[in-house]
Amino acid sequence: MAYIKKVFAKLVFATPILFSPLAFAEKSDYNMPVGVTDVSESIFELHMVIFWICVVIGVIVFSIMFWSLWKYRKSKGAVAADFDDNFWLEIGWTVAATLVLVWMAVPSTQVMVEAYDDAEGEINILITGHQWKWHYEYLEDEVGFFSNLSTSQEQIDGDVPKGEFYLREVDEPLVIPTNTRVRFLITGNDVIHSWWVPDFAVKQDAIPGFINTAWTNVPEPGIFRGACTELCGIKHAFMPVVVRAVEREEFDAFIAEKVALAEEERLLTSKVWTKEELMARGESFYSVNCAACHQANGQGIPPVFPALAGSQIALNDSSKHIEILMEGVQGSAMAAFGDSYSEVDIASVITYTRQAWSNGADGDGVIVTPQDIVAYKNRIDL
Amino acid sequence: MSTVVESHDHGHHGPAKGLSRWLFTTNHKDIGTLYLWFSFIMLFIGGGMAMVIRAELFQPGLQIVQPEFFNQMTTNHGLIMVFGVIMPAFVGLANWMLPMQIGAPDMALPRLNNLSFWLLPMAFGILISTLFMPEGGPNFGWTFYAPLSTTYAPSTVNFFIFSVHVMGVSSILGSINIITTIFNMRAPGMTLMKMPLFVWSWLITAYLLIAVMPVLAGVVTMMLMDINFGTSFFNAAGGGDPVLFQHVFWFFGHPEVYIMILPAFGIVSHIIETFSRKPIFGYSSMVYAMASIAILSFVVWAHHMFTVGMPLAGELFFMYSTMLIAIPTGVKVFNWIATMFRGSITFETPMLFSIAFVALFTIGGFSGLMLAIVPADFQYHDTYFVVAHFHYVLVPGALFGIIAAAYYWLPKWTGNMYDETLGKLHFWLTFISVNVTFFPMHFVGLAGMPRRYPDYALQFADFNALISVGAFMFGLTQLLFLFIVIKTIRSGKQAKPEVWEGAGDLGLEWTLSSPPPYHSFTVQPQVK
Repeated sequence: MAYIKKVFAKLVFATPILFSPLAFAEKSDYNMPVGVTDVSESIFELHMVIFWICVVIGVIVFSIMFWSLWKYRKSKGAVAADFDDNFWLEIGWTVAATLVLVWMAVPSTQVMVEAYDDAEGEINILITGHQWKWHYEYLEDEVGFFSNLSTSQEQIDGDVPKGEFYLREVDEPLVIPTNTRVRFLITGNDVIHSWWVPDFAVKQDAIPGFINTAWTNVPEPGIFRGACTELCGIKHAFMPVVVRAVEREEFDAFIAEKVALAEEERLLTSKVWTKEELMARGESFYSVNCAACHQANGQGIPPVFPALAGSQIALNDSSKHIEILMEGVQGSAMAAFGDSYSEVDIASVITYTRQAWSNGADGDGVIVTPQDIVAYKNRIDL
Repeated sequence: MSTVVESHDHGHHGPAKGLSRWLFTTNHKDIGTLYLWFSFIMLFIGGGMAMVIRAELFQPGLQIVQPEFFNQMTTNHGLIMVFGVIMPAFVGLANWMLPMQIGAPDMALPRLNNLSFWLLPMAFGILISTLFMPEGGPNFGWTFYAPLSTTYAPSTVNFFIFSVHVMGVSSILGSINIITTIFNMRAPGMTLMKMPLFVWSWLITAYLLIAVMPVLAGVVTMMLMDINFGTSFFNAAGGGDPVLFQHVFWFFGHPEVYIMILPAFGIVSHIIETFSRKPIFGYSSMVYAMASIAILSFVVWAHHMFTVGMPLAGELFFMYSTMLIAIPTGVKVFNWIATMFRGSITFETPMLFSIAFVALFTIGGFSGLMLAIVPADFQYHDTYFVVAHFHYVLVPGALFGIIAAAYYWLPKWTGNMYDETLGKLHFWLTFISVNVTFFPMHFVGLAGMPRRYPDYALQFADFNALISVGAFMFGLTQLLFLFIVIKTIRSGKQAKPEVWEGAGDLGLEWTLSSPPPYHSFTVQPQVK
């Protein structure tokens, strides 16, 4: 058995070498990326092995077919033979097909076992898919952030030239250390998304209510770009994945900075905010997180995404306004923002939408502060 | 039915006049014609949507449509092509050909037949009307994964669910009719293992339909409950399971894939034996291969879900079971080639389409085999590689089968030969454009372009422009097909009863006049 396995392994891995002048093993725009991890390289090799087996079978089958079509054409005077089966021939090709499949199954199983491993990592990162951005949380250090597309709407609309990384760039990439086993815990907040980084050969669905695992171990620093690969709504194509792999020291510094920033955020909550400060912060939050649906001018895309400009809630009902931001709207695309963002962010965006456009003049003009959000949370907790 | 029917003549049983002929018809040929025209019209509607998709994808950036409408286009293109083009076309061919191939006067249940057709325009009328509603039509992909299709769907999803129910009823009624006809109305002497392969392919397909359409009805009903009645089948927040949706959907979906290809296997077998002037090689292995494919189709569904997070044993089971399908499929391809081997081959249009079918369907089979390999599928899944794969098996596969059947039997149906020069022109334009359209999709997919994207990164631009050019060419070429069909119906060289040289021995349909009498066989023929 061990001998058979060895022969198989040899046969399988000899296949691409036979065709090495043709094998386009280099990273290219028309083949699967080799990637940078052991798993991605194994998968690439497996892909090429299966590909070449298919090519060989295809060449044999098509040669026989086109040769028959040429040789036995009636215009050349071919007379039809009169046979319609051959028992041993049929048994023969059935057995041959089975053997080829076993030949394919052996390395496939090996690579699958190599790739499949849900043991804990040195670093564990919770990845949450949102409509339409990714949230990354470092579980050991309890810090996290959102990663949004940074390509401008003007580039998408063609008003300005498109940049080199059009639709493949984000405001804040995921940062991971090199030469470290990193485990990803992947889930969805609203609909199903799928987190894919081709260079790691990691593609895992982000499903609400489930936590899937995947892992990688990146040997060298670099920037790796991926995408969302499960249809998740109108901005499905606009939530790329960008991962920056850095040396361990740089990673530790990054985390330390994140922890410090989070502490600063917490202090901001107790600060007394002016209307102007809230407006400024709210406007930038709005353009990143809200404008996709409700539009920059607050008009929304009715009836799916309601207008905020002139909305009764935004004009005169601040407590309902807070509730919607915190809890979302059941049965609609409006997500609950309460668990994902700081009190400061929520307060500032509410204040912004109550003042922007002509809402401030038309409505009660109530300013919502971070303390109001804290009070709301405390009330709910009771 | 095995008693000899006395020959009698009550004057002429012709069709009724005017619109009522089509509304109230119970004649298998009229209903077959209705199905085929319906499918043809839907081909242009679904194809028009594909043109919108390709126009938007011609360049990176958003130029022509917004993502919201783009998603409606991809969703409805898929739904219409699957349920409105391929399936009705095969049912239309079954209606026309089954009674003529088994020596019967008509289908067993003619009124049911009328109902199952007229449900379809209703179903698709409802579906397409959603595109004109304020919230827009279904936008969650033809696979409509929950919760995007439930909690996050536009309210028009309810019309979509109703329309799927109506399509399901239509398919189930049609299948009951086909099974009943095949079992009860065969000519004396035609044992099961003497049935033409198209009849066999449809018998197996009809069983698949009866097995899985209720599953589809079940899954859309669960959606309906989640959306309107507060249940949580697929809502994780209520204790439900979004992955359950995918398991149930694909338990329907995978047999559905074979529903869309098995009848084409039957058609291509007939055409290859006719134009090779040699009986089909390995008839019984052809039957067993189709039956094996049908049975295996029930145990491979989760290969559509390799990235949802299944346990290792599950991933491996579905990989192995999927790879097994390559065996019966391979046997069929080998048999077709063995039929051509030492034949006396001519290359009329139906044969050209059938040869292209064998070659290009095999390419789709190879990419299917690659997709079955779980670890590699992590890289292929939900990219254009998958789009290339299923278009290779559905366009040069199922659709070429249907076009080949139309050229093959059109002279029988109308009594007029089609224009061979135009037919060949249609073939070559179609063959070239189909490959220009779908072959580069393998490359963009491998290079990392996900499917269902209205906009994409710059490195995919060249291939996408090429794909779009191919798609426009393919779309325009089908107008030529429409022209050829209409021209053949209106005029053409008178076709002989056997139509194709030597076809008289190949099946009962070639013993009837061209066009055949309104009630195909009023006297049952004897099959030796």
